[in-house]
Amino acid sequence: METQIVLDNDILLDVRNLKVHFPIEEGVLLRKVVGTIRAVDGIDFEIRKGETLGLVGESGCGKSTTARAIAQLYEPTAGEIYLEGKDLCKLNREDLLKARMHMQMIFQDPYASLNPRMTIGDTIAEPLEIYRGRGFLQVSSSDIRKRVEDLLEKVGLSRYFVNRFPHEFSGGQKQRIGIARALALNPKLILADEPVSALDVSIQSQILNLLHDLQEEFGLTYLFIAHDLAVIRHISTRVAVMYLGVIVEIAESAELYRDPLHPYTRALLSAVPIPDPQVERTRKRIILEGDVPSPDRERHGCYFYDRCSQKMDVCQTNIPHLAQVKPDHRVACFLYFNP
Amino acid sequence: MEKQEILRIENLKTYFNTDDGMVKAVDGVSFILNRGETLGIVGESGCGKSVMNLSVMRLIPSPPGKIMDGDVFFHGKSVLSMSEDALRELRGNKISMIFQDPMTSLNPFLRISTQLVETLCLHQGLSRSEAREKAVQMLRLVGIPTPEKRIAAYPHQFSGGMRQRVMIAMALSCNPEILIADEPTTALDVTIQAQILEIIKDLTVKLKTAVILITHDLGVVSGMCNKICVMYAGRIVERASTDDVFRNSKHPYTRGLIRSVPRLDKTTRERLYSIPGTPPSLINIPECCPFHPRCEHAMDVCRVKYPDETDFGNEHKACCWLYGDSNRTG
Repeated sequence: METQIVLDNDILLDVRNLKVHFPIEEGVLLRKVVGTIRAVDGIDFEIRKGETLGLVGESGCGKSTTARAIAQLYEPTAGEIYLEGKDLCKLNREDLLKARMHMQMIFQDPYASLNPRMTIGDTIAEPLEIYRGRGFLQVSSSDIRKRVEDLLEKVGLSRYFVNRFPHEFSGGQKQRIGIARALALNPKLILADEPVSALDVSIQSQILNLLHDLQEEFGLTYLFIAHDLAVIRHISTRVAVMYLGVIVEIAESAELYRDPLHPYTRALLSAVPIPDPQVERTRKRIILEGDVPSPDRERHGCYFYDRCSQKMDVCQTNIPHLAQVKPDHRVACFLYFNP
Repeated sequence: MEKQEILRIENLKTYFNTDDGMVKAVDGVSFILNRGETLGIVGESGCGKSVMNLSVMRLIPSPPGKIMDGDVFFHGKSVLSMSEDALRELRGNKISMIFQDPMTSLNPFLRISTQLVETLCLHQGLSRSEAREKAVQMLRLVGIPTPEKRIAAYPHQFSGGMRQRVMIAMALSCNPEILIADEPTTALDVTIQAQILEIIKDLTVKLKTAVILITHDLGVVSGMCNKICVMYAGRIVERASTDDVFRNSKHPYTRGLIRSVPRLDKTTRERLYSIPGTPPSLINIPECCPFHPRCEHAMDVCRVKYPDETDFGNEHKACCWLYGDSNRTG
């Protein structure tokens, strides 16, 4: 059964009230659930066609879980994920496979995301082979081979690399192979989970440029996850800031960096060192107290309450939900509206 | 203020003998660290920054590693010809280190108290109760709440940021003259990184410790360091005060590196500058400028001979044929 909803034509992906909870189990023989990790705890956002949504936050805030839930690698606890109007959570296996053709992932660790026993050619061809095997694609083997060689050149590698193995490549080159594999099925949406975090500075800029060029050439839409705010600023058209499983602020990129509203976003931005000694000397840093709390309990107040320097009484007992406070700028904080 | 030299490294060469050939991890590095200074060493993975600092403490496993040439002088005394006893006195007491991963550098089987007290008893000759008192004091200094209670905890009971604080407390507990911090915040989140950097900055000023900060993050060095050495393929290609490195860099690699970092305070959705190619393998590297295959200014001479250091004044030096000719030496 397919659920169709009326949608703005520009919106490619619409995520509504997405929750992903993981059970904490205890016991050896009789395993019982003793709690839940609320990795993603009710988030709403949409991605428009051709844009790059940057998802930023510290480790454990649920960025990767969000991406994996969108790809249906984790089953969401609650919520809806609409890709071009179809709710991915409600599709049967066959329809889900079809929908997934339009949505591919790029992973953080280029060493772990390639099978060391498969040649580069086989790795990139695998998605095509799978879909051909299921009868979704009508292509010949020579078409696939040609496509793989073209893809290698598109990502800046030589077409003669098809028979080589992953260990013969450097980290940056492996990441290019991962990108080629993600492009094989001509997807509309790319879920890029920290694609440049494991790379050196000079290689990182090459990969960012490659992603930028591919977006222009193929009209791709990215969900780009990173913890580096400077990288996010560079690549994104809009940015969502996550904390403890919720989105605390979402805005157009330039707007967010010019005028961050949420106290967490402000602290996060001020914590990033800037490679310019003159700017660094005059900057005022907001140092957050303490660590990110564990997401293992249900919250009845603001998720940032424990570490916020501007907390009020109302924040302890009411959950602020994202609200529009400026054009294309939504924030979840009672400093800007009343509960 | 009079500059007082505490560490001098001269033409240090550390090679590793592997099945594929000789890896010249550090190939002729020299620098001087003065009292109270914070020196940043910047470079990409595999450029030899960590090996260089392990060589300073003589912690290179041999075989396969070997310090082939050069020397390290601590207050004028050669570290490379020290006896094991003198070395033990130096390590931890005079020079201490913090590593990237705070989980693997603490012993998971021992309480924090055991590890801190052990260090203090060994190096400072304190009694156990004195040492424990000092340990609590150090933990308070690095911002661990209720240190009297937390000192009895095991490493796994601390978060990454807290563990790194414990490491800093341990490293600074013996009042070392030099603190070598090898990527101390790379494994941490930005907000925690800001906390840790603040602590290192505050404490080293308070305790007058000189710092060698090894990192790949240009942002971190720009806020922390007085001077910077940029390393590429086992050599220092440029050294200068922090301002000169960022404002007036001479070496094409340094320039490329600075330009290729996306900036938080600038909006550009255009292409980033990027250095083409990848860093070279350090196996059997020929006697040329190792950067020449990636350099936009590469000339014939770059392919056959490594350039000498050119002095630009104000302790700003770079190794590049754009500035040097064979008659001039830096």
